[in-house]
Amino acid sequence: MSNMTAVQRFRGSASAQRRFSTGVRLVIALILIFFSIFPILWVISASINPTGSLATQTLIPANPGLGNYRELLTSQQFPFWTWFGNSLKIATITAVLSLSITTIAAYAFSRFRFRGRTTMLKAILLIQVFPSLLTLVAVFLMFSQIGDILPFLGLNKHSSLILVYLGGAMGVNIWLMKGFLDTVPRDIDESAMVEGATDWQIFTRLILPLLRPILIVIFILNYITTYGEFVLARVILKSSDQYTLMLGLQIFTQAQFAQRWGVFAAGALLGALPIMIIYLILQDQIVGGLTTGAVKG
Amino acid sequence: MASTASSNTLTKRTSNPVLARIARLAFLIAIDVAVIWFLNRLVSFGYYPLAAAVLAILVLVNVVLLRQEAYPVRWMIIGLVLMSLFTIYPILFTVWVAFTNYGEGHLITKEQAIDQLMNQKYLPEEGKAYSWTAFRSPDGEYALWLKDADGNGYLALPEEPLTQPQPGQEGLGEFDDRGIPVTIEGYQRLNAIVAATDRNLSNILFGEEGTTIQVRSPSEAAELLPLYIYDSDQDAMINQETGLVYFNRNGTFITLDGRSLRPGFVATIGFSNFREFFLSPALRGPLVRIVSWNFGFAFFSLLFNFGLGLAIAIMFNEPDFPFKKLIRSLLIIPYTIPALITILIWRGMLNPELGVISRMLQTWIGWSPPWFTDQWWAKIAILIVNLWLSYPYFMLICSGALQSIPDDIYAAAQVDGANAWQKFSKITLPLLLVAVGPLLIASFSFNFNNFNLIYLFNTGGPPMAGTPTPAGHTDILISYVYNLAFSGARGINYGFASAITIIIFFIVGAITLFQFRYTRMWEEVSENV
Repeated sequence: MSNMTAVQRFRGSASAQRRFSTGVRLVIALILIFFSIFPILWVISASINPTGSLATQTLIPANPGLGNYRELLTSQQFPFWTWFGNSLKIATITAVLSLSITTIAAYAFSRFRFRGRTTMLKAILLIQVFPSLLTLVAVFLMFSQIGDILPFLGLNKHSSLILVYLGGAMGVNIWLMKGFLDTVPRDIDESAMVEGATDWQIFTRLILPLLRPILIVIFILNYITTYGEFVLARVILKSSDQYTLMLGLQIFTQAQFAQRWGVFAAGALLGALPIMIIYLILQDQIVGGLTTGAVKG
Repeated sequence: MASTASSNTLTKRTSNPVLARIARLAFLIAIDVAVIWFLNRLVSFGYYPLAAAVLAILVLVNVVLLRQEAYPVRWMIIGLVLMSLFTIYPILFTVWVAFTNYGEGHLITKEQAIDQLMNQKYLPEEGKAYSWTAFRSPDGEYALWLKDADGNGYLALPEEPLTQPQPGQEGLGEFDDRGIPVTIEGYQRLNAIVAATDRNLSNILFGEEGTTIQVRSPSEAAELLPLYIYDSDQDAMINQETGLVYFNRNGTFITLDGRSLRPGFVATIGFSNFREFFLSPALRGPLVRIVSWNFGFAFFSLLFNFGLGLAIAIMFNEPDFPFKKLIRSLLIIPYTIPALITILIWRGMLNPELGVISRMLQTWIGWSPPWFTDQWWAKIAILIVNLWLSYPYFMLICSGALQSIPDDIYAAAQVDGANAWQKFSKITLPLLLVAVGPLLIASFSFNFNNFNLIYLFNTGGPPMAGTPTPAGHTDILISYVYNLAFSGARGINYGFASAITIIIFFIVGAITLFQFRYTRMWEEVSENV
């Protein structure tokens, strides 16, 4: 290739080679796209298949119809709107509160220097590492005890579930948020402080607006994580009218997976749709957040 | 609610120190009053560990809000309180449980267990006795007229205290010559032969809790006595009927020849759970398999997911590649679906008789892998599902990192005559690993505890044969622990499950520490650039 006498010929073949390789890559892309959307297509097909069972499903259903959706939206066993509403409510409240708690705390970690600061940061990291699955028994016992005294904070209450989610809020994103705050130059604070601004004014009027992009990313990732969580929900929520959508889907499939496949598919699609739309619209911002260490649960 | 209140005090803190102080004090007093009421209720219910945790948190809040040097901590106090109560307290509770026998048959305290055992009664062969006469109502209720050795008469009804009524009281008729009422209103007196042959009668407990009386023989009824009495000197329960002594051994009352009482109680048993994990021969087989699959699963997941993600990122890295944006949008679709839904969909698709993939393979090549019944195919299925779930994440972070590698490095390599593989292995990969290395380690620890995937896909199946506790071939430690703690198929063993949780904590903690070092190294590297 480094042979100078063949430069002309090399250039010609390079562009042909390039076109060929682009073609090959497009074919590979098609295969990969097939791999990534085939399950979705299949679920869409299942959801409009009138026979509604796993065994009789073909990729292109014989008599497509919206029967499964009609059944889903009116069924007593699968109260989709209740579950969906519960999920949206819990995820929204959790994401808003958790973002506020984390941002305010991260500001203090980033801007103030105090005894025990690094110890606390490391401790939060360490606590986050503990496999929380087993602490479920303790969480369960705790809420049954609190519920004896404060009935609105007992088992089967959305407020309890939200509090548990918030208990883990600081651990998840404080490092990410502190990292971002560290990149905001301190000169901004110092000049404001000279003008007599309080810490709170600096934080709300100067720093928060600068953080807006990362706040959106963390909010969305929080929202999505909470929306998709089911283990804690399963321990705390007991009655069907309190279920979140993920919990409802999981319990629904345990009972009658193969027979009610069409209804499940319709529910799964409607449940996944809001998140898919958020992702695809905001993918650039989310990618930015991911590369800096945010993790989807 | 609490959030806005404390924020307000913070705002005022510097704008008007005196007012802010008063507001903060008022707020603090309100909280203290409410929490102390709550604490009082907790103690009256006997919930001591939770009460201790709440008290500790209350002290923390007071210190932070009262002491000036704790000012920075005020900014994070709500988060700290929630974290202490809902994350740290459950962790400490779990750590404590790891050193106990908490589980099936050992769920209550020693006092509760002794109370329950002392409530068991037996009918003594000897001892204070009454002569009795039975009465029966038309709907089968019984009453007894009892006479003790001194000739006092008592009326005994089930679950009611004994009374000593005179004729005319409580529906009693006149007494006969032996001092027995001739009639009781609503009941009919049974003659001795009918009563002696009535089989129901000897099973009925008369009188209330504490003084329970049962018919012992046709002529005698006697008060039941506690079957077990606790002897605090020997720390043992003594059976009053047989004289057997049940000694307390690690939360179970057990005789020297191995007969035990139920229920047992929660007792600390030191490192027994950990010893069992490392040394028990019956558990060694399944545990070695679970641990090696756990590491294998996390490693191969990372390898495949990162490999595919990186390959795609490199393939479409050129800025002017046709349809680049569309391709990326379509390829990240798997990542946009909540994982629970994805896993359930794959479970349906791989269903051996009914799933679309199995049926397609049946039609095309006449065979489809036993995804759920063969351990190796189950493992492959899990890796495939995980690949589908996570390759978009790696694609996204890799393409982000690739764009940050400056082009002139490649130009320089081109001048030096490097080929494509050399460029990849000497430039792209090392630089990429610096950027995404911490994320790879995080992903490894995430997969190491990827409970949702294993549990939702096939709950760890297919089951291993002949294990002392339920275990499956695709179980990882955390799902194995879940079965031990919650499934109860062969008895819940929460103490052992907690011990394994702590072992997992140390494994993942070590990985995280490594990541932490790596990250700091990474920061230093980027500072030097």
